[in-house]
Amino acid sequence: MPQTPTQTEYEAVIGLEIHVQLRTQSKLFCPDSTRFGDEPNVNTCPVCLGYPGALPVLNKKAVEYAVMLGLALNCEIAELSKFDRKHYFYPDLPKAYQISQYNMPVCTNGYMELSTGTRVRINRAHMEEDAGKLVHAGAEGLAGSDYSLVDLNRAGTPLLEIVSEPDIKSAAEAREYMTNMRNIVRYLGVCDGNMEEGSMRCDVNISVRPKGQTEFGTKTEIKNMNSTRAIEQAAEYEIARQVQILESGGSITQASRLWNEATSETMLMRVKEGEADYRYFPEPDLRPLHISREWIEALKRQLPELPEERRARYISELDFSTHDASILVDVKELGDFFDAARPHCPHYKTLVNWLTGEITAYLKTEKKSMADTRLTPNALAELVELQENNTISSTTAKKLLAELLEKGGSPAKIVEERDMAQISDVGELKKMVEDVIANNPKQAQQFRDGKEQVLGFFVGQIMRATQGSANPELVNQLLRELI
Amino acid sequence: MMKTTRTALELHEAIQSGQQTALSVLDDVYNKIAEHEPAIEGFNCLTQELARETAREVDRRVQVGETLPLLAGVPIAIKDNINIKGYPTTCSSRILEGYVSPYDATVYQKLKQHLMPVIGKTNLDEFAMGSSTETSALKITKNPWDLSRVPGGSSGGSAAVVSANMVPLSLGSDTGGSVRQPASLCGITGIKPTYGLVSRYGLVAFASSLDQISPFGQNVKDTAALLQVISGADELDSTSIKNHPEPNYLQCIDQDISDLRIGVIQELQNDAIQPEVLKSIQDAVQTFESLGATTQPVSLPSFQYAVAAYYILATAEASSNLGRYDGVRYGQRVEEPDSDLHTMYRKTRSQGFGPEVKRRIILGTFCLSSGYYDAFYAKAEKARELMRHELRKAFEQVDILVCPTSPSTAFKIGEKLNDPVNMYLSDIATIPVNMAGIPAISIPCGFDQQHLPIGLQLMGPHQSEARLFQAAYAFEQKTGLCNLIPDLKIPPKSEPLI
Repeated sequence: MPQTPTQTEYEAVIGLEIHVQLRTQSKLFCPDSTRFGDEPNVNTCPVCLGYPGALPVLNKKAVEYAVMLGLALNCEIAELSKFDRKHYFYPDLPKAYQISQYNMPVCTNGYMELSTGTRVRINRAHMEEDAGKLVHAGAEGLAGSDYSLVDLNRAGTPLLEIVSEPDIKSAAEAREYMTNMRNIVRYLGVCDGNMEEGSMRCDVNISVRPKGQTEFGTKTEIKNMNSTRAIEQAAEYEIARQVQILESGGSITQASRLWNEATSETMLMRVKEGEADYRYFPEPDLRPLHISREWIEALKRQLPELPEERRARYISELDFSTHDASILVDVKELGDFFDAARPHCPHYKTLVNWLTGEITAYLKTEKKSMADTRLTPNALAELVELQENNTISSTTAKKLLAELLEKGGSPAKIVEERDMAQISDVGELKKMVEDVIANNPKQAQQFRDGKEQVLGFFVGQIMRATQGSANPELVNQLLRELI
Repeated sequence: MMKTTRTALELHEAIQSGQQTALSVLDDVYNKIAEHEPAIEGFNCLTQELARETAREVDRRVQVGETLPLLAGVPIAIKDNINIKGYPTTCSSRILEGYVSPYDATVYQKLKQHLMPVIGKTNLDEFAMGSSTETSALKITKNPWDLSRVPGGSSGGSAAVVSANMVPLSLGSDTGGSVRQPASLCGITGIKPTYGLVSRYGLVAFASSLDQISPFGQNVKDTAALLQVISGADELDSTSIKNHPEPNYLQCIDQDISDLRIGVIQELQNDAIQPEVLKSIQDAVQTFESLGATTQPVSLPSFQYAVAAYYILATAEASSNLGRYDGVRYGQRVEEPDSDLHTMYRKTRSQGFGPEVKRRIILGTFCLSSGYYDAFYAKAEKARELMRHELRKAFEQVDILVCPTSPSTAFKIGEKLNDPVNMYLSDIATIPVNMAGIPAISIPCGFDQQHLPIGLQLMGPHQSEARLFQAAYAFEQKTGLCNLIPDLKIPPKSEPLI
């Protein structure tokens, strides 16, 4: 009996092309600033405007950033690489060619390990210059617009394009790959990793095939995702869409598709008719790029701790949960904050709880980064100690944290100045407890008759009277003794 | 006839010693231009204000007793594909109509540092593509030796204005012979330096791996002095030679050449060369022998591929370099009310470029197209490597190589314009030099029966300019073939008609 289509199991084959904007001060081939958000066309010169006779000169820092990123991705660094011209006409491309690296890229044969055990091989990472931007009047795109304005501030910004092999097997893996990549560029300081502003952009190539089949299915390329979450959603959607088409007997059209955040769908952008002919040839205005072994070794020595190294340290040395480790690894500044506070704080687990709990929640609601707050690692360590040695109650600690985040300051000083320390003086509390019992004989009797819940009532009374600063454990203990 | 006026170096001396002011030298130049330019049509524009400003500065410094830099005060013309801030750079193309450069070429900065007044910008084949200056969209420059003939090209304007003695020095650019061939056809001196010796920053690119800004002069010494001024490493040009010792060509120019070993290129001794040219070259070889140099025949079989390989590599690079003339940012834009982007591109480029430029863009685009790259571009690169290799070998045996600069003397205007292959062959002797990146100089070595100048080309290995100048200078001293200027008959002014 022939197998019905619904019984076929499919697997996804996914590869990512990621463009990383290297955070150099000046552009890849000229001294103009790479600043984002300036008035149109102010950061331009004859070189990046493609004026007749102007020539490119390679930015050394961009090469170093590319090498560092290559090393972090376990790539081989080419001692000899070269630049090529990639030709096409578009108003945001001033020279009608992009200076890129075609067949001798700076980095090759790298890989990244995912938590699923999948090793994603990296085919290559090559340097190239970014194009400018078009602003269309009267329409979404060029087609149908009344006119279009060209802003070449971004033209010539250095990019590293990282091309993976199609080793990714699920939408979740695609997201993890991108998240890790973003962590790596941030740890290295070679890119701010901001997908919304386009500092990191990614195209996802997806195809599906029946499990067990060796040849690839027809792929589509998805563009326009501006978060790691969008990558996962888009990949999920696209896998399902392709499976559905194949299930119903259809075939996949090779095409570029756009992720639409609003509708959570991928939409057809353009169908690819054969390979575009970019007429690559070696860039005659630049000499081949020689990167000496010594230079590579020197950069290797400068590499900071990488995300996976930090994760391993948190989990194996400090016994973090995977969840906590992930938060402190993925949000680099939280991990940095932890590492800075840790030497001043023996109770580092409480420190982690604050960072992954209250502080993360605060940053999310306020849409702030750690750098926007006034809290210092020392202050947080101090706060944890005040709490751990019972100087303050957890309620007080929370209140204090909110204040430290907004206004800063030393928690020990604030506690002292405002008399916020919790009341742990047995004599003082004993007097209060006796008073409360005397004033509420009915409830006291209920407790003596075995109604345990009534204890909560008494605790509440004491807390109200002390504005929350009584040591709750001590209050409980005294109540049981005195009723 | 022999020139009676001062050479560039003599003018400089006269200005430095106060015998003549830079401004008066400039006045003489503009007077000669007024006299001869209508017949020659070598200039695309004159830059009088700029030149006078520099000349005034020279005179001021002389008055306060300053020692001037080399060639200060000597007027110079530059090819109109070199950028000067605030002036048009036309490349003799309609597509750059209206373009005013926002920046200076490095070479212009050097002229400025040496206080050389730039008097105007000269005509060229459109985007330096041609061997006759006829592909210019602006005007047809005439050869001062015979106004019915071409001055050569592409730097025909720069060659003609020096040949006609309107100005003592000029700059051209040489991609496949564009300075040496017009120097030969106009009876003056021109040297294509080692690739990377002179910064290309600000020179509008034709074929980037071959282009080199190159000087013209009326004699070897003047030309050597000018190269000294414009050469040097430039951080704005990644292909410029770093760590090149500061050249002083003049210091050792009169060195004895009796130990010189000269190779005579056999592949350029055949019936493709005009017989009178061939004879003149043979005479030149004898002259060198009489100066004590030894000569021997040298065979360079790869030269047979030179023209074909060159027209693949040069057009491939040109097709890429000229993509930027798209009407978006500068120059001419042709659009109609409802035309879309691609129509605008098509119309702008169709109307902006002339036929020769279009021919080369199409040829180059084809050669780089997927599926053809290996058959054309990659193969041409191999031929280029072969030429380099053969020349390296040859320079183990000899110090310099000699051959005619051009297979013929100046041809008639219009004669080859519609016969591109024949036109391309006029660069047969000059192309291998650019392909190998080596220097070569063209100097006058005689005249044909129509009294048209013949040029002798001397090639040397990388950075052998000093040696080339010595050989050329010795030859010039022996033959007296320098500072030749044509007898320009000024047509009588007709009386106004009623």
